[in-house]
Amino acid sequence: MAQHIVSPEVHEHHTQEQESLKTAGFWLFLISDVILFGTLFATYVVLVGHTNGGPTGKELFEIQGFVISTFILLTSSFTSGLAVLQMHAKNLKGLIFWLVVTILLGGAFLFIEIEEFLTLIHEGANIGTSAFLSAFFVLVGTHGIHVTLGIFWCIGLIIQLRKHGITTVTKRKITNFGLYWHFLDVIWIFLLSVVYLMGVM
Amino acid sequence: MSQHSADNHSHDHGHGHHEEEAHGSIKSYTMGFILSLILTVIPMVIVFNDLMGRTGTLAVILITAVAQLFVQMWFFMHIRDEKGPRYNLMALSLGILLVITIIAGSVWIMSFNSYTQ
Repeated sequence: MAQHIVSPEVHEHHTQEQESLKTAGFWLFLISDVILFGTLFATYVVLVGHTNGGPTGKELFEIQGFVISTFILLTSSFTSGLAVLQMHAKNLKGLIFWLVVTILLGGAFLFIEIEEFLTLIHEGANIGTSAFLSAFFVLVGTHGIHVTLGIFWCIGLIIQLRKHGITTVTKRKITNFGLYWHFLDVIWIFLLSVVYLMGVM
Repeated sequence: MSQHSADNHSHDHGHGHHEEEAHGSIKSYTMGFILSLILTVIPMVIVFNDLMGRTGTLAVILITAVAQLFVQMWFFMHIRDEKGPRYNLMALSLGILLVITIIAGSVWIMSFNSYTQ
C-alpha cells in the first residue's frame, strides 16, 4: 500500500515531466503551422504576377506602414522574451508587466495591419480583385488572425497568473506562449521579405 | 537571518547559472534583438535605395531572412537547449523539408505553365 502514496517531490517531478511533454507537443503544433504558412507562401509566390490588370504590390504597399509594424513586432518578440526571463527569476510583477507590454505592441501591430487592409479595400483592391490580392489577403490575414489569437491567449494567461501565481503549470503555459510569439515574428520576417520587400523592389 | 540569506544567495547563484543555460539570459536576448534589428535593416536599406541589381537584392532579402530565422531560434526559442533526444529539432527539420518541397515544387511546376511566365 505504501508504494501507492506518492510523495510531493515525486508528484512535482511527475508534473514537470508532463508539462515538458506538453511543450514538446506545442512544438509539433508550431511545425504544423509552419507547413500551413508554407502552402500559403507557395500560393502567393505562384499568383503574385496574376494581377488581372489591377494594381500590383509596388503600387499598393505603403513603405512607412510595413516598416513601422515590422519594428513593433520585432520589439514585442523581445519583450515576450523578457517576460519569460522574469518568469524564471520568479518575479510575478515583472512577468505581468512585460506580458502587458507585449500585448500593447501586438495591438499596435494589428491596428496598423487593419488600417492597411481598410485602405486597400477603400482603394478598390479587395480580396476578389485579382488572384494576387486573394493570395495576399489570405496569407497576411492568416498571420494577423494568429496575432489576434495570441493577444487573447496572453490576456487569459495574465488572469491565470494573477489567480495562481508562477506554478509549474503556468510556467509551461508562458513558455509555450513565448514560443508562439517568437514563431509569429519569424513568420512576419518572411512576410516582410517575400510580400513587402520583394513587392516594392 | 543573514546566514540564511547568504545560503539563499549562493543557491540562487548556482540555480541562476543553470537557468542561464536552459532559458537564456538578458544578455543573450539583447544580443538576439540587436542582431535581428540589423538583419531587418540591411534588406530595407538595400531595397529602398536601389543599391543592388535584381538578383543581388533578392539574394540579400532571402539570406537575411533565413539568418534571422536562425537568430530567433537560437537566441529566443533556445532550440539548442532541449535535453535528451531533440525531438523538436527533428520535427522542425522535417517541417522545413516539407515547406521547401511545397514552395520550390509549386514554383517549379507552375513555371511550365506558359500563361504564368
